[in-house]
Amino acid sequence: MPGARRRALGTPALSGGLALGYLSLIVLIPLAAVVAKAADGGWHHFWQVAWNREARAALELTFELAGGVVAVNAVTGTALAWTLVRDDFPGKSIVNAIVDLPFALPTIVAGLTLLALYGPTGGVGVDVAYTRWGVLMALLFVTLPFVVRTVQPVLIELDRDMEEAAASLGAGRFTIFRRIVFPHLLPALLSGVALAFARAIGEFGAVILIAGNLPFKTEVASLYVFEHINSDDPTGASALAVLMLVISFTLLLTIGGLRRWATRHDR
Amino acid sequence: MTRYGVRTLSLGYLAVILVAPVGLIFWRAFEQGLHPFWAAISNPIAVHALKLTLEITVIAVPLNTAFGILCAIAIVRHRIPGMGLVNALVDLPLALSPVVVGLALYLLYGRDGWFGHWLLAHGVQVLFALPAMVLATMFVSLPFVVREVVPVLREIGTQQEEAAATLGASALTTFRRITFPAIRWAVAYGVVLTTARSLGEFGAVSIVSGGIEGRTQTLTQYVQASYENFDQTGAYAASVLLAALAVTTLLLMTVVKRGDRSS
Repeated sequence: MPGARRRALGTPALSGGLALGYLSLIVLIPLAAVVAKAADGGWHHFWQVAWNREARAALELTFELAGGVVAVNAVTGTALAWTLVRDDFPGKSIVNAIVDLPFALPTIVAGLTLLALYGPTGGVGVDVAYTRWGVLMALLFVTLPFVVRTVQPVLIELDRDMEEAAASLGAGRFTIFRRIVFPHLLPALLSGVALAFARAIGEFGAVILIAGNLPFKTEVASLYVFEHINSDDPTGASALAVLMLVISFTLLLTIGGLRRWATRHDR
Repeated sequence: MTRYGVRTLSLGYLAVILVAPVGLIFWRAFEQGLHPFWAAISNPIAVHALKLTLEITVIAVPLNTAFGILCAIAIVRHRIPGMGLVNALVDLPLALSPVVVGLALYLLYGRDGWFGHWLLAHGVQVLFALPAMVLATMFVSLPFVVREVVPVLREIGTQQEEAAATLGASALTTFRRITFPAIRWAVAYGVVLTTARSLGEFGAVSIVSGGIEGRTQTLTQYVQASYENFDQTGAYAASVLLAALAVTTLLLMTVVKRGDRSS
């Protein structure tokens, strides 16, 4: 009954038009302004501006750190999800709630807390302020929940019969994990690390206090954009921002694809 | 043995990255008692920053909620050309750096911007004022309600809505009596997430606000400014306030999840 469906929730043209209009006004037109600014001087000029030494260094550092974030999160995120699903200890539900804290905590606060403990006045014998290690730590803080929250539900749903069968056939724990559990977790793990990677590429609030303003040393892509806006170079900022936009969109499509792969058995 | 190894690794990591640093700022904020903490957050600049943050949130959250529900309905229920694109683009703010968002609004509403030029000529100041800060907040918190409502709308199907329409219910009545009750927990969860994101937004807002003390400085910017001016007590106190709001959010999320399960 297409007629009834149409009536059920108002006319498609109205709701669709409003939704599209809202999205255009809030998201699309502003982003188009960035692309237009970057394209102002033509293709050649764009590459000249986007591919200067400082911008390249910032992009390289950003990708290196995001790669580190992926590696660490793949291990610790899976371990945390495993602990929350298969292990049992007092206070587990509190730990489960705490994992979400980085989602709720403002990023500037995240950076400040790390500086308070691991900064110059922290008193634990390290000082990560203005270092790449500090920036990595800030990124690990804000990306902590992603892998846990994508892997955890898959682990909960995972049928344990197969593992028991494997164990009864003499497979060791590591073999069981590698041959049975891991292949099932892989799609969720990949979409979790992809989300963490995307977040790490663009993170700003958590890193600004720790990174300071040190081009070629701790300047990641987001800081580069920020500094170039501040120094009244919107074209330079836009050039790198367009690259970040392309990276974000590509990652988003990848994550969408991974999600469909992860849920392929449900359909 | 493997179990204890994994447990030690995961809990140890959580402690080092998350629990110890966050715990420390609570300790630092209160180590000299309640009085210095209170003095730090009750100074006029901090109070203004808190008020501004709340003001932005109160404007941005209802708008994003209304349009979030509308967007979700348009994506799931109406097969209109262009909705696939909307579906893909709605997630973009989740993956996009807040500085890109800030830059976009900075360019659009700046003196030479497509909109800014005309608006300034008509005496409307958007950039470095409340409107730009609201727009930035709306951009970064746009996906949450949509993302929560879309799967629920898909799951509940259209039978009841169609039945109501067949029995002569108007579109509004159908929405109010059938659709909304079914999606209300998803909406509530989305609203909590939108609020948390709005209260904590920093990057996009800091580019478009100008960050003038007592005028366009939000609470997150106050944290940054205090830290950079070596006022650690002020920075810790405001951070604790924001962290307390974040913990409240977590508690609300747990409550909403429970409500969802029991319904």
